[in-house]
Amino acid sequence: MLKFIRRRLLQLAPVLLGVSVLVFFGMHLIPGDVAQLLLGDKGTEADLQRIRHQLGLDRPVYVQYVRFLAGVLRGDFGISIRTRQPVMWEIGQALPVTVQLSLAALAFAVVVGLLIGVLAARYPRSALDTGSMVGVLVGVSMPVFWTGILLLLVFGGMLGWLPLGGIIDGSLEYRRITGAPLLDGLVAGNWTIVRSSVRHLVLPAVALGSTAMAAIARMGRSTMLDVLGLDFIRTARAKGLAERRVVSRHALRNALLPVVTLVGLQLGLLLSGAVLTETIFALPGLGRLAITSVLARDYPMVQGVVLIAAAVFVVANLLVDVLYVYLDPRIRYE
Amino acid sequence: MATAGTVVLRTPRRLAALSWRRLFAHSSFVAGAAIVAGVIAAAVFAPALAPFDPVEQAFTNQLLAPSRAHLFGTDEFGRDIFSRVIYGARIALVVGVVADGIAALLGVILGVISGYFGRRVDAVIMRTVDVLLAFPYLLLAMIVVAILGPSLTNAMIAIGIVYTPQFARVVRGAVLQVKEEYFVEAARAIGAGSVRLLARHVLPNILSPIIVMATLTVGFMIVETAGLSFLGLGASPPTPEWGSMLATGRSFMLTAPWIATFPGLAILVTVVGFNLIGDGLRDLLDPRLRGAR
Repeated sequence: MLKFIRRRLLQLAPVLLGVSVLVFFGMHLIPGDVAQLLLGDKGTEADLQRIRHQLGLDRPVYVQYVRFLAGVLRGDFGISIRTRQPVMWEIGQALPVTVQLSLAALAFAVVVGLLIGVLAARYPRSALDTGSMVGVLVGVSMPVFWTGILLLLVFGGMLGWLPLGGIIDGSLEYRRITGAPLLDGLVAGNWTIVRSSVRHLVLPAVALGSTAMAAIARMGRSTMLDVLGLDFIRTARAKGLAERRVVSRHALRNALLPVVTLVGLQLGLLLSGAVLTETIFALPGLGRLAITSVLARDYPMVQGVVLIAAAVFVVANLLVDVLYVYLDPRIRYE
Repeated sequence: MATAGTVVLRTPRRLAALSWRRLFAHSSFVAGAAIVAGVIAAAVFAPALAPFDPVEQAFTNQLLAPSRAHLFGTDEFGRDIFSRVIYGARIALVVGVVADGIAALLGVILGVISGYFGRRVDAVIMRTVDVLLAFPYLLLAMIVVAILGPSLTNAMIAIGIVYTPQFARVVRGAVLQVKEEYFVEAARAIGAGSVRLLARHVLPNILSPIIVMATLTVGFMIVETAGLSFLGLGASPPTPEWGSMLATGRSFMLTAPWIATFPGLAILVTVVGFNLIGDGLRDLLDPRLRGAR
């Protein structure tokens, strides 16, 4: 297993190098002068020259790329044009928020999706089955940003049960440890923080996770139906096991594999959806940082955010592959 | 790596196996076709169906709730939302077809070259595809739009590019398998050149996975282009585009919820229609693609 993980990590290097090339040269295709953007209208020609020289913008592009890459390897992504803060610092602030949101969305999608899928497969052609499959079709087709708005409108606006956005009540102060408020609250044992951040997390997580939830329910149902028809299930029933045990221990375990693959496929959609969800719920995460930076033409920030997001994405995919090997003893990646 | 598009195709059914009778016996295909036909009708007959001009502002009619005069209410400029939703169908369909066309065309070119010529060309193309698949979709689209400049056309191009790697992988897989078939070998044996082989023998036999993939992705492309517009990277005002209508609707969510409700519903219905068609075609042509998305 360790050998497999090591080899997969080595394979990631060229992919991430490719991403860095694409992002760096892509940003250079955008019309506009970074020095001009940094100085605004005030700069004289001499100031511009000085800044260009400081940032190495007067050097050939490939030299700039090598310098950029060397910086990245040291964890230095440059300075944001918009906020004048180090890009890495800004990303460090935003990333935990996105990770917390994505994990919550994923947990919702897997738990609720599997539950619906298993129940639908357990009672095929029942009203429950038909109803949930119609729900699934709608869920897969709903745009994340519309789901988010509707949830806000109903549970935030009309019913007033949950807050209208943000990650935590503005009046609360807490010690930043990881940057993800829920985790920080748990670590510090501060239940006011935990309660507030859970209340703020529910709607965005449901909005972001609903598409994946629907896809998992659909996949879970069809694989469960397949597995429940197999001989070993009949054997398990014949030897007198309780139906509940047959479903949960024998069938579900075997139906999980395709669902894990699906989770891998959904990760990209989840990270994309985070951009939209964070915008709707005013969450200061990586997705919102990405869109504000693109709109403000803050290139160093865009480069940094995209590189980090791609790295998170490929590492998450690697984790899914590892989980796959763990779950299926037949697979041996040697 | 478990990324989208890693579907392996073994024996896709021939397109010839598809008859109208089989299509119309498939309930989800029929339901999807009916919905999409409705959307197409709305787009084509928009001038006749829409009671008002979709971009004309009427400041005496601002933020009116749905009524008999304005079925879906009016927005902050007094524009009739029903008319804007109807005209929005035109944009959504164009977006779906153009973005899908770009992805399919580029994907087929790359996939065929990669699968047919193999070796170094294959390695270079597939590694590039790996790199593109390492980007979360919307982020890649945002970079492309940042490079080209925000507009609806560029958003369509961006979404087309984002989906190209998935098409390339599926097409490559299909080509790899078809090129080993006896009839291709026979054609090569009687002296057919690469171009003839590809055009006459390989391409016609990989059409069904391409068609299935293309119908399954149309809906997602419409949603994602609307997402770019929602973020301010696509259609600009006053274009009646569903995504940008939702963006304005968000600001008036609590006071005038109808502004965001109806464009969202329109996206949902259209996408459900395309997904049902895609599911039906996949069942009939390519059952193995099940769960690809």
